Amino acid sequence: MTLIDKAADLPAPRSEPDSGPLLEVRDLHVEFRTNEGVAKAVNGVSYSVSAGETLAVLGESGSGKSVTAQTIMGILDIPPGKITKGEILYRGQDLLKMSSEQRRKIRGRKIAMIFQDALSALNPVFSVGYQLGEMYRKHQGASRKEAKARAIELMDRVRIPAAKQRVGDYPHQFSGGMRQRIMIAMAMALEPDLIIADEPTTALDVTVQAQVMELLAELQREYNMGLILITHDMGVVADVSDKIAVMYAGRIVETAPVHELYRRPAHPYTKGLLNSIPRLDQKGQELYVIKGLPPTLTNIPPGCAFQPRCPMAQDVCRTDIPPLYEVKDADDRAMPGRGSACHFWKETLDG
Amino acid sequence: MAELDKPGGGPNDQPADAVPETPSLTKVEQVDAATDESAIAVIDRPAERGEPILQVRNLVKHFPLTQGIVFKRQVGAVRAVDGVSFDLHQGETLGIVGESGCGKSTVAKLLMKLEEPTSGEIFYKGEDIARLSGRALKAVRRNIQMVFQDPYTSLNPRMTVGDIIGEPFEIHPEVAPKGDRRRKVQEFLETVGLNPEHINRYPHQFSGGQRQRIGIARGLALNPEIIICDEPVSALDVSIQAQVINLMEKLQDEFTLSYLFIAHDLSVVRHISDRIGVMYLGRMAEIGTDRQIYDHPTHPYTQALLSAVPVPDPDVREDRERIILTGDVPSPANPPSGCRFRTRCFKAQDKCAEEEPLLAVPAVFSGSDSPANHESACHFAEEKSVLAG
Repeated sequence: MTLIDKAADLPAPRSEPDSGPLLEVRDLHVEFRTNEGVAKAVNGVSYSVSAGETLAVLGESGSGKSVTAQTIMGILDIPPGKITKGEILYRGQDLLKMSSEQRRKIRGRKIAMIFQDALSALNPVFSVGYQLGEMYRKHQGASRKEAKARAIELMDRVRIPAAKQRVGDYPHQFSGGMRQRIMIAMAMALEPDLIIADEPTTALDVTVQAQVMELLAELQREYNMGLILITHDMGVVADVSDKIAVMYAGRIVETAPVHELYRRPAHPYTKGLLNSIPRLDQKGQELYVIKGLPPTLTNIPPGCAFQPRCPMAQDVCRTDIPPLYEVKDADDRAMPGRGSACHFWKETLDG
Repeated sequence: MAELDKPGGGPNDQPADAVPETPSLTKVEQVDAATDESAIAVIDRPAERGEPILQVRNLVKHFPLTQGIVFKRQVGAVRAVDGVSFDLHQGETLGIVGESGCGKSTVAKLLMKLEEPTSGEIFYKGEDIARLSGRALKAVRRNIQMVFQDPYTSLNPRMTVGDIIGEPFEIHPEVAPKGDRRRKVQEFLETVGLNPEHINRYPHQFSGGQRQRIGIARGLALNPEIIICDEPVSALDVSIQAQVINLMEKLQDEFTLSYLFIAHDLSVVRHISDRIGVMYLGRMAEIGTDRQIYDHPTHPYTQALLSAVPVPDPDVREDRERIILTGDVPSPANPPSGCRFRTRCFKAQDKCAEEEPLLAVPAVFSGSDSPANHESACHFAEEKSVLAG
């Protein structure tokens, strides 16, 4: 096939000096055509990650955070899914315009993904060693023996005890935390530039979650990878991320560096989320509640999608969709990296 | 016993027959009712505020592991719950926390009498519910209800909301006369914050949070005294969790309910509970008031658990001391000897493998005014502040 020749114009290797972000998503729109109508899952998402940086994408179920990740990886089900607009730039090249052959070269090798539920993401009828070795066999043409040796090496690196004895074991023979380590090992196998972790610790207990997050952070430092962490846990985000994008009904409603977001949120939704976490000094009081429910994606309210639940909503919110405004401090200086899709970001920031 | 030849500690220090201090357990005043009628009278007696209405003593549940198809030989047992004791007082919320597999849900099932305990007693107002049957057992069941974790699978998809909430009345017809049921169901829908006109809708027409409200309404229908909540908010989104927790607190005041609140989210448990028990591998590791457990934990497992919770404040992440446990919870089919936590414990010594620590106030804190004076099952219990911020 002639397609293979095109491998030459693949993105440059990591050694080249970095200019600009590793991955940039620009104005992405994704919808699903269902029997109940068109579900607009992603409506204009833009974010970027640089090498060594951790971007946390925070949102509730149905906010479009996982669909964005699947689109980046190119594992979105099309149909029913459809990318209607947007660009995904990996080192300046648009992934959406590439052939499937070219994308396959990037997937796994340059951008890898860790899934939430390790038991269903791993194939139950193959041993973990076989599945880990598959990365080397498929991508690098390694022999079976070689692949097995490197699988053991990988399992050692993610600190699975007795890797040599356990390489032939099947996924069900491992505990939840160990399975998630295998998922991490699989993503790490080809030393990608970017890892997308979709709720990597949601199914785990807190003590195991702490172990897994520490391992992930350590490997990220070691290989200077970019990391997109998709989660709904405000605690995990505060622990590991550099910057945050908060999503609601398929749009980014706020972006900010982690410290600033927690200190002074500029969007009422973020503020509501932060206030609804049970805190030590609020014992015995009622928790703050964001009233109402998240919108159904087939029927997103006009104007700002958060407007029916928002305590600050005015008439303008019901008619005009707020763009992602640049957030400025009291002296009208721009705050780098901060944006809020709220007509009243200033009032939210100050109040 | 190993205590006798222990160097340094004379027999006067720790007499072998010392009664361990367990202030969280009150004396059981057992009632032996001769007939069903007298038993029901005891069960239906209104409870006073603060009275221990549920007393669990040495509760054990072993699930047999068998081998063979025709002649099943027992080759071992999964010790899901292995000697748990606690009290639940009227009007309070007792939180139970622990990792998956520690037996917290099995405790819930035993209290509901969905499982028969291997040994041990559960006293409801002094009646041992394991020995009740017939109408007396039915009366107990009316007073202990449950709210389940997953609002998607715990509601029958083929029944309308009205049928789901009204079903308890079919089993206990004395609570609501037939003609009155529909009105009562609508009342309950309103109490939990749903539209009473939605009585004919099916569960799939509601969101997760609304479904959990339906589950709560079903639990309330028989006007019970105790509601056992097994991870009631774990499956819900953050913004919906707060709504359901507020609702549960409101209902507790309104109906003077006692909650047994089982969860793994420590911040939620702290918010709602008056007292908290920490479970590990079928046993209670530590029990005390929320302040004693969260601000003055003395058991190393509690300390590790608390330190592992991510704090939603990025400013403290650099200067937090975290105890990261190694490994996973051992199999309950083959628990470690002595202290069950010793295989992952950062303080474990030889004594921990030989001698099982009892759940009692540690001798060092006994009699002191400090909040560390609560029951902790550790030989080397000491205070350690782990919660930052």
